[in-house]
Amino acid sequence: MATTTATANPKWWGGGKSPFNVEYGKVMMWYFLLSDAFTFGAFLIAYGTTRFATNGWPDPNQVFNSFPGIGAGYPLLFVSLMTFILIISSVTMVLAVQAGQRMDKKAVVVNLILTIIGGLAFLSCQAWEWTHLFHEGAWWGRNPFHNADGSMATTNFTNFFFTITGFHGFHVFSGVIINTIMLIMTLSDTFERRGHYLMIEKAGLYWHFVDLVWVFVFTFFYLV
Amino acid sequence: MSNDAVLHGDAVVLPHSGVHHGEHHEHHHHETFITKYVFSQDHKMIAKQFLITGMVWAVIGGLMSVLFRLQLGYPDATFPWLEDILGKWAKGGRISAEAYYALVTTHGTVLVFFVLTAGLSGTFANFLIPLQVGARDMASPMMNMLSYWFFLAASVVMLSSIFVETGPFSGGWTAYPPLSALGDASPGSKTGMDLWLTSMALFVVSQLLAGINYISTVLNLRTKGMSMTRLPLTIWALFFTAVLGLLSFPVLFSGFILLIFDRNFGTSFYLSDIFIASTNKALPNEGGSAILYQHLFWFLGHPEVYIILLPAMGMVSEILSTNARKPIFGYMAMIGSLFAIAILAFLVWAHHMFVTGLNPFLGSIFVLLTLLIAVPSAIKVFNWLTTLWRGNIRFTPGMLFAIGFVSLFISGGLTGIWLGNSALDIHLHDTYFVIAHFHIVMGVASMFGMFAGIYHWYPKMYGRYMNNTLGYIHFWLTMIGAYLIFWPMHYEGLAGMPRRYYDYSVWESFKQFAELNKFISTVVIIVFAVQLLFLFNFFYSIFKGRKVTTLNPWGSTTLEWTTPIHPGHGNWVGEIPEVHRWAYDYGKDGQEFIPQTQPVGEHESHH
Repeated sequence: MATTTATANPKWWGGGKSPFNVEYGKVMMWYFLLSDAFTFGAFLIAYGTTRFATNGWPDPNQVFNSFPGIGAGYPLLFVSLMTFILIISSVTMVLAVQAGQRMDKKAVVVNLILTIIGGLAFLSCQAWEWTHLFHEGAWWGRNPFHNADGSMATTNFTNFFFTITGFHGFHVFSGVIINTIMLIMTLSDTFERRGHYLMIEKAGLYWHFVDLVWVFVFTFFYLV
Repeated sequence: MSNDAVLHGDAVVLPHSGVHHGEHHEHHHHETFITKYVFSQDHKMIAKQFLITGMVWAVIGGLMSVLFRLQLGYPDATFPWLEDILGKWAKGGRISAEAYYALVTTHGTVLVFFVLTAGLSGTFANFLIPLQVGARDMASPMMNMLSYWFFLAASVVMLSSIFVETGPFSGGWTAYPPLSALGDASPGSKTGMDLWLTSMALFVVSQLLAGINYISTVLNLRTKGMSMTRLPLTIWALFFTAVLGLLSFPVLFSGFILLIFDRNFGTSFYLSDIFIASTNKALPNEGGSAILYQHLFWFLGHPEVYIILLPAMGMVSEILSTNARKPIFGYMAMIGSLFAIAILAFLVWAHHMFVTGLNPFLGSIFVLLTLLIAVPSAIKVFNWLTTLWRGNIRFTPGMLFAIGFVSLFISGGLTGIWLGNSALDIHLHDTYFVIAHFHIVMGVASMFGMFAGIYHWYPKMYGRYMNNTLGYIHFWLTMIGAYLIFWPMHYEGLAGMPRRYYDYSVWESFKQFAELNKFISTVVIIVFAVQLLFLFNFFYSIFKGRKVTTLNPWGSTTLEWTTPIHPGHGNWVGEIPEVHRWAYDYGKDGQEFIPQTQPVGEHESHH
């Protein structure tokens, strides 16, 4: 076990073993997420500098105030629901990873299915929001919303919104695909034969990262 | 813990049967031509694929420079054979302005990315990391193979862009908008630019797959006893290179995505207030900033020069020490300076933008950070020189190129101190001084590092030697030629001669340089011909070179020389050797060299 290894041979960096006591795939996932964080970082900084250099900007409370079925006048209500769904899907992912560590196949399956449903629900919400905005006249290169002070806005509000939430949505979509593959591999007993559910942990890292990115996207597009 | 199942069972690291278990080592895979040479997952074969693809690009990119140097050296002459090979791009035997800019752009792009990034770190990270850390292969051989195939796909797309009707992209390798964002702005900004962006996106994927593989191999797959401070400096350099690439290419990727939207989907990320003269049209785009692109580009662009330079630095350290028969001077200082360079690489990008409208106060901060790079660079130079000092030097071709690298790095580095000053940069920006600086310090120096690596590790790659006489001719003519080409450009640049002009003979101020330009172009042709000599040497020696008969022809301490002369997939027959000492025990206690695998003796002195 990890602790016994540590006391028997404390030289973690001495070669012949992983210095972090994790297999290479997880090291790779961490470094990939680091690099992906730079991709999103570049997007968000580009958005921030452009917004800072522009005279006015639409008020998110005015733009994002619709809720399907009950109409307009509920600022940020719908996106709060989306965010809640995504965060809950992170919780079910944690439960799936923990179940994997216990080698509890049934609990892994249940929680993976819940996570996939959460991901799909988020994507559906995003699809509705995009469609709604599109019908209001918003799209890449088109911005029907005025600045908060009533002056004409540039199109960069919608340009950045669709590009960055789209890029994030694409990540969620990839995560759903990855989780579905994990589900199929779990159901076909691949991990039982391997004797460990480490793949689920790596998929989990990715899923939590995508959730974490959403927290920033949510903050910078909807809250400020 | 479930981790243990993976961590402490050797077999899972590389799920290939046969090569892994000691008891099976005589058993050979059934290898077909396809699995051995094409879809190979052996890091050594992938390294050779990177190398040879890089060499093809070096020939193409080099030939392009010969073509545009013809225009610069002989602006009034006509070369009818140019029309034969370039068709409408060289009507009447004179390269057109569009073709000239396309040649310059493609030369820069392929040399920076395909030759000196993929060809250099792709080759030597793949070849040396598993061999020198003591691993059977990369952490993920599959991803390693994919990394090559993404690179090849990028190559094919880039190559195809040369043949489209409107020509390849021609707005410079930095691809600044609005020129790169608007198809109406120039012929090269049409299909050529779309293909350029596609190619570069594929290339970023290739770099990402490669980078996370290199990092996790260095961290996780070191053999027993190979602590981080026993790693050869090549591995440290390649490790930092991978980290740089992993953190800077994604930013370029973001920048390219925004550019793709600006080109195709009507957005204004980089565009504002534009009037195009050729179509007599004012564009509706508003609110974007072209300088935003420059920030995103140079956030990669600057680390990129260290992605190119660090592998050369690492290999040069190794080759200098081996052939001076002396330990590398200041091993820890070498690692520290590599680390410092890697950190500073991310903090200096705006020195490329001093005159683009950057706040002068911000500029002064970037001056400070830029000049700080002189400190670790100087540490490295002094360590190389003190490694050579009173060494018992063997002048192999690899060693000559390594010494040549140090010379070029000093010459080119000193002019970096000029250019890093924002005040001096007002005069020197976009002149031939810049061309001279970056070609010497980054281009030619890294090429020299690559040549040094090829000559030095050729016996390990192919089990044969390259011809020494041809190697010496190659070195001396290239060394003298490189200085003759780029040294005079400093004078042209100081006199204010701008880069990227099509024809200088029409400018009164630059007429004085007509003869000098002719001279430079002549040397370019000679130096290019000398490289063909190297290519001949390389390919001839694969089949007919002198055979390597001993395991360790250079008397080296590192692990790659403990493998068989023709190592199979898995590198070592039987157990991977254990490491007991650092990589630089040369001339210790009266012994010429002590391999890393030899246990430390009872009466051995401390280093």
